[in-house]
Amino acid sequence: MDVLKEVGNIGAGHAATALSTLLDKPIDMLVPKVRMLPFEEICESVGGAETVVLAIFLRVDGDAPGNMFFILNLDAAKNMLRDLIGMNIQDQEEYSELELSALNEIGNILAGSYLSSLADFTNLNMQPTVPALAIDMAGAILSYGLLQFGQMGDQALLIDTKFLEGDNEVQGHFFLIPDPESFGKIFSALGVESS
Amino acid sequence: MIQDNLIKVGMADLNVAHQIGVLKTTGLGSCVGVTLYDSRVKVAGMAHVMLPSSEIAREGSLNIAKYADTAIPELISRMELLGAAVSRLEAKLAGGAQMFAFAGNNDTMRIGPRNVESCKEMLIKYRIPIRAEDTGANYGRTIEFNSETGILVIRSVQLGVKEI
Repeated sequence: MDVLKEVGNIGAGHAATALSTLLDKPIDMLVPKVRMLPFEEICESVGGAETVVLAIFLRVDGDAPGNMFFILNLDAAKNMLRDLIGMNIQDQEEYSELELSALNEIGNILAGSYLSSLADFTNLNMQPTVPALAIDMAGAILSYGLLQFGQMGDQALLIDTKFLEGDNEVQGHFFLIPDPESFGKIFSALGVESS
Repeated sequence: MIQDNLIKVGMADLNVAHQIGVLKTTGLGSCVGVTLYDSRVKVAGMAHVMLPSSEIAREGSLNIAKYADTAIPELISRMELLGAAVSRLEAKLAGGAQMFAFAGNNDTMRIGPRNVESCKEMLIKYRIPIRAEDTGANYGRTIEFNSETGILVIRSVQLGVKEI
């Protein structure tokens, strides 16, 4: 678990730096939590299955496949757009195509920097697929990342990193859910006996 | 809504209600909410199906509520214990969305539609008619099933509330 935490730490650290550069303001992150969690609790960690969130999802292909989510609450997403591209955001529920495209690109950059640092660290080939964006109930979105685990049981391994900006307000989550068969590969790539 | 009688059905879970009670499951994406109802004895059942077939299961102790082919038989027998008869059951389906559209079209991406197909096969096997469905598309759904009326309320972020 400590090894996975370190892996998450390195990836998320790079992503936080990338985000900080993009927004031109300091972004902190909390030490990643690595846990086997029941499916229900994974949804709880973003406020419940029914909470509406904005999520950028991408599949990780290569030696250690998995699923990756960058999750923002809707206020944080709007703030990010305002800061990043000086968009004049109305307090409307709707997102324009340009806004969605910008958010998709943010997700792409962050996930890319997360993955490439993981790949460097582990010497494993990890390729992101084209990201997809959805604004919907957290349960509906996250359950998609749990399907591989669904065949094994009712828990999934989650590497959860929270991003903070300014007054400790949680701006976003980075979820990495490696496929069940990926742990062994990550462990052996790092020279650790897998248990 | 009768909040006092709300019975939560989690992910890969199932439950039944008799006469009074509202079965609720939240955030259905590619999962399918299957509801069965016997209107004569007012027995309702709901399953939150995650995967189409238990044949792919690799878990130690099988969670039968998770798979379409095992959840529906279990739901029926739980309802029979409350006095329902298979011959009187009617089904409604919701969920089975494709949350993310990708260029790649492997099997995992199609899990929502496959869940729906698999549920329908099971219902056909038991000769249970499907009274209504709200499946597919690309959005999440929260559903509530009233055991008094047999009405299924479906809530989504994009489309608001509807009843089937």
